[in-house]
Amino acid sequence: MKSKSFGKIKKESLQGWMLIAPALIFMIVFTVFPVFRSIYLSLHKYKLGMAVPEFVGLKNYLDLFHSGLFWKVMINTIYFSLITVIPSMIAGLGLALLVNRKGKHIGFIRTAYFYPCVMPMIAIASIWMFIYMAKNGLLDQLLIRIGMEPMNILSDKDKVLPAMAVMYVWKEAGYLMIFFLSGLQGISGEIIEAARIDGASNWRILKKIQLPLLAPTFLFVTTVAFTNSFKLVDHIVIMTEGAPNNASTLLLYYIYQQGFTNFNYGVSSALTVLMLGLLLIVSLPRFISQDKKIHYN
Amino acid sequence: MKKIKKYLALMLVGVLGATTFLAGCSKEKKKEESNGPLHLTFYYPVNVGGDTAKIIEGLCAEFNEENPDIVVEPIYTGNYDDTVTKIQTAIQGGTPPDVFVNLATQRFTMADTGMAMPLDDLIASDEDGKEFIQDFLPGFMEDSYVDGKIYSIPFQRSTEIMYYNKELFKKAGLDPEKPPTTWDEMLEYAKKLTTDDCKGVGLALNSGSAQWTFTGFCLENSKDGKMLMSEDGKKVYFDTPENVEALQFWIDLQNKHKVMAEGIVQWTDLPTQFLAQEVAMIYHTTGNMANINSNAEFEFGTCFMPGNKQLGAATGGGNFFIANGISEERQQAAWKFIRFMTETERAAQWSLDTGYVPTRQSCFDTDIIKKYYEDVPQAKVAYEQIEYAKPELTTYNAAEIWRILNDNIQAAVVGDVSVEEALKNAQKEAEEVLAEYQ
Repeated sequence: MKSKSFGKIKKESLQGWMLIAPALIFMIVFTVFPVFRSIYLSLHKYKLGMAVPEFVGLKNYLDLFHSGLFWKVMINTIYFSLITVIPSMIAGLGLALLVNRKGKHIGFIRTAYFYPCVMPMIAIASIWMFIYMAKNGLLDQLLIRIGMEPMNILSDKDKVLPAMAVMYVWKEAGYLMIFFLSGLQGISGEIIEAARIDGASNWRILKKIQLPLLAPTFLFVTTVAFTNSFKLVDHIVIMTEGAPNNASTLLLYYIYQQGFTNFNYGVSSALTVLMLGLLLIVSLPRFISQDKKIHYN
Repeated sequence: MKKIKKYLALMLVGVLGATTFLAGCSKEKKKEESNGPLHLTFYYPVNVGGDTAKIIEGLCAEFNEENPDIVVEPIYTGNYDDTVTKIQTAIQGGTPPDVFVNLATQRFTMADTGMAMPLDDLIASDEDGKEFIQDFLPGFMEDSYVDGKIYSIPFQRSTEIMYYNKELFKKAGLDPEKPPTTWDEMLEYAKKLTTDDCKGVGLALNSGSAQWTFTGFCLENSKDGKMLMSEDGKKVYFDTPENVEALQFWIDLQNKHKVMAEGIVQWTDLPTQFLAQEVAMIYHTTGNMANINSNAEFEFGTCFMPGNKQLGAATGGGNFFIANGISEERQQAAWKFIRFMTETERAAQWSLDTGYVPTRQSCFDTDIIKKYYEDVPQAKVAYEQIEYAKPELTTYNAAEIWRILNDNIQAAVVGDVSVEEALKNAQKEAEEVLAEYQ
């Protein structure tokens, strides 16, 4: 009897393993293994042509912490996240409120708002190049028409990141809109109707009912938006290559450069591990507060 | 549930099947090699637009037809950086390419990391090997050497020249047949050419381009031909007074004399601006000759990069390398392929099709090139300038050193630091990178 049930359990668990196997195998091959490999390589000197990595302890990390460029890149990355995440969330919520209604053409409008985010970043960067291009770009031409000096925005060390942020917000807002929209649609119409009967204004409904009930969505969207903003690289390759003087170099581009231009695999692994830590910190609040403070419907 | 199981089982079988099939394939390939024709893998990057990839594939097919015992398989590997990555990956995977094209400036890295082999023995065993090497223009051949040994053969090579707008010259009261020959003249002309809608002169200052043009300027400003680096690729001389002067000249063009657009103009935007007549003189690669020639709606001229203490320009572009550690039979076949690709007539045609400068002296006696220079006399300047040209900045870890120089040039351009400070910082950072080779 006992052995039979044991066999049954074993069979069941085998079945379970089989079921998750496809996902698990891919996860191990493409996520778990590379993470450990990066941690391993980050403790080694490993450059182009070296057959065997040479153990150097924490040297790669210490070198980075002592390099001015590394801190410049970190500050750029955090700055860029802040100036993209907050505006794109506000814009996303705004769009969601705008299209959260029934109507004849609402499907078309939603699609129109959403479409920038189905386009690959490479394509978007190439298109925006025509806007930002020095002198012949749309922006500079506009400035010239209204009698101002063209600004060649991509070579201005203070304006290059904000310029890229505008482009990214344009792309990202539609994506975040989808989450907010589904959050809004999850709110029961009865509550809102009741509030309206009680004479609540739209603003009051938004403040007292919709936003509080959107709290889980907010937390989720914040995490997604932040991690997304850290994972950006394509547009830098197309638009500036980090110029001027690394004013537009973000962490992922720096990793790419160390790994695939300078062929310093050890250093780029160390950077990858640091990035992983950063992403972990960003996504931590979501895991901690899950099911605690935030009210899920 | 049962369905899912079935599906899973099917998938497993599928994966297993595919693996066995692939394994079988690679075995078959090896077997074929032992008694059939020799298969050579050839990695090539394409760094310019146009049909270059198609031309290379055509040349390989021609070679295969002529040599039934060798089959060259051309593999397109992206840009130059991607190519290095792919070679590295292939070497680690135990299947190195036999022959590849890469930047001439990567030769120190290629030699140092053991990715490429010295070609001296192959040249010596070739009956006319010595004459073959001597036929290459010295300006190009110069950056094939590492520690006195030849590591590469010039293939897709270019140099930087000045393009100027003859009509704007006339408008400004300048003689369109007398382009500037010195920095002072260039500045004087640029001042006359600058109007509200048009800048006098243009240089690209983005990463990856600035160091090339800067090499030329440093050479022009040097008395003894010593410029940015030592010949062995282990030292850089960024912060010499001559080089500081050269960079200061650039910054003055922008800020003091206002004859050049401020900030950083992209390499790819510069020809567009020239064609739109927004800049009257530009420094650009000979590789852009075809583009400018077919799209200019005005008469344009070309000339040497104006000199200062002497004439000078930097050469750039890609060379052939043979991978390290392949069998002697493969080395011989790879050498045969390189000889084929750089054969006089073919090199001349290649230059015509792509805009690269012909690499060999004998190319200039061919009808192809003679006729080309008759039709497009502007193209001839590049060849004449090679005499004064030197290899562009290259060292061990070339890519990193380039980046350091470019970043610091940009820092000076956007006004973060003074010119002197920028080159001092560059020197310091570069020395740190090169420390391990001293």
